[in-house]
Amino acid sequence: MDILVCVKRVPMVGGKVVITADGQDVDTRMSGFTVSPHEECAVEEAVRITEREGGTVTVLTLGPPEATDQLRDMLALGAHRGVLLETDSREWGPVATSAAIVAAVGELGPTPFPLILVGNEAADTGGYQVGIRLAHALGRPCVTGIKRLEVAGGVLRAAREYRGAQEMFEVALPAVVSVKEGINLPRYPSLPGRLRAKRAEITVLRPQWQADGLRKTGLRVPEGSARRAQVLGHGAEAVPALMDVLGDLGVLPSGAASSGMAPSGARSGGDGAAV
Amino acid sequence: MSAVLCLTEWDGAAVADASLQALSFAAALAGTDGGVTAVAFSAASAAGPAAPDAELLGDVLGGYGVTEVCIVRADELAGYAPAAWARSLEQLVAAGGVTAVVAAATDHGSEVLAHLGAMTGLPVAANCVSAQPAEPGSWQLVRQRWAGSVLEDAVLAAPCALLTVAADALAAASPVHDGAPRPVVRSFTPALTAADLAVQATESAEQSSGASLATARVVVGGGRGVGGPDGFAALEELAGLLGGVLGVSRVVTSQGWRPHRQQVGQTGTKISPELYLACGISGAIQHMAGCLSARHIVAVNTDADAPIIAHAEYAVIGDVNEVVPALIAAIRARGMLSEISRI
Repeated sequence: MDILVCVKRVPMVGGKVVITADGQDVDTRMSGFTVSPHEECAVEEAVRITEREGGTVTVLTLGPPEATDQLRDMLALGAHRGVLLETDSREWGPVATSAAIVAAVGELGPTPFPLILVGNEAADTGGYQVGIRLAHALGRPCVTGIKRLEVAGGVLRAAREYRGAQEMFEVALPAVVSVKEGINLPRYPSLPGRLRAKRAEITVLRPQWQADGLRKTGLRVPEGSARRAQVLGHGAEAVPALMDVLGDLGVLPSGAASSGMAPSGARSGGDGAAV
Repeated sequence: MSAVLCLTEWDGAAVADASLQALSFAAALAGTDGGVTAVAFSAASAAGPAAPDAELLGDVLGGYGVTEVCIVRADELAGYAPAAWARSLEQLVAAGGVTAVVAAATDHGSEVLAHLGAMTGLPVAANCVSAQPAEPGSWQLVRQRWAGSVLEDAVLAAPCALLTVAADALAAASPVHDGAPRPVVRSFTPALTAADLAVQATESAEQSSGASLATARVVVGGGRGVGGPDGFAALEELAGLLGGVLGVSRVVTSQGWRPHRQQVGQTGTKISPELYLACGISGAIQHMAGCLSARHIVAVNTDADAPIIAHAEYAVIGDVNEVVPALIAAIRARGMLSEISRI
């Protein structure tokens, strides 16, 4: 089966997000880029399916020319073909992105891609829409948030978690599936995989941007997240002070919290002390 | 009069908390001269989600500013069917007078509104934390990016605003309209096609493994600082002593040290415990997005400048593999002391 997987290049943010001086973007001068986590799992899932059943995996991304780095990372995992929908510096919303992918699916040849995989939501914009808009435009069913997927005999069986229960779906192919991290543990790329990816030719298409009615005016980091913890101490010596805090929060086992035998120097029982 | 529709999810025997927050959001958006219609879906078969009780909805929802309750029923609807739910909302919007459709940004709410956006060609603004009507057909929005680590100011221009609400970023909803009139209750039967019903969930009795993490009162977290797969036994023991469960950071699941179902974070489980004891976790934003709702955070970390220190209330600067065993010993010693004092 020929599978199309759509991935997004996103900044690799660590402990802090910095916004550019013009307030329009995340400052990426100090960070690398990566494939949004759910989508890396989508590529791994597609590669596993084709390893079992045969077929090819085409990885597609919409982004700047530098996004070929992410395509090559995914080719190194075992995908067969890379497609870049090259954009300018404008931000592409879910309407424009899904329209560009639909157009590309038409241009990529007669292959109908019975299975299209996407990530449930992008790490940065979190729109939750591209897969569903794609499915509607192609007249296909779509299941989202999938953590378990089986494909056999033209039918896919998929499961996800919702409010502590498992929801199960059974859908005939062709279909669009959005997956979540945890569906698998992506492999480390092999050395031959990396070499193949380095040499692979990337198909480049240039889609047309369109407005979608939702316009970003600026980005900012929420206030009030910059406080500093009270340091209780260093190493095991901090344990008595930590015990006091746990006692105040009422989380120590009842025997311990209600002992009334706290060593001297412990603060008196706080509001949250368990009874 | 402007009407705002709000998808209202049913959780066991009550309206889901996230939906109550979405309803409060919808009431603020509708304003004093507008109305809010709570739209709830009733499954025809017992296999689906429990049917909402119209009486109960009427009793509860008036206080949240709801003026009308609309129960959607169709013989073909046995369980959760995202496209069919969206089709029903589309038909309610097409009836006229609706200025906005709101849903909590749950997996269901996000999915249904994305379908509605695709069916109508309208944009969807996901994960909103506030929305103000500007001129007609235009709204000033604040919405989350990076699961809440960044806020986006945006303008939405559309004939009808489709918004999902980042419910866990808002204060818990409480009834505000004391003695408000009881909402009108009506039912609606949508016209559904086979395509609308192609995806329909069946619920398994099998409990998902992440449930206890999401609702635990205490979570003991372990990250890269634990050092390897063997270090987690002590954290599990500590979690057991504190009546809690183990949660881990993304690096731990990516390394295969622990299963993904234990991941706390943007791509894992979102937790809201009384205490989150984060051990050897640096506090990357991907992780913090999963514990924004923790009431108290205590961090154990060798690095006094780790980002987690800026999010925690208390910190112990030290190696997890030294501090945790000492803490376990102290808890056990206190337990024994308490036994002795009882004799």
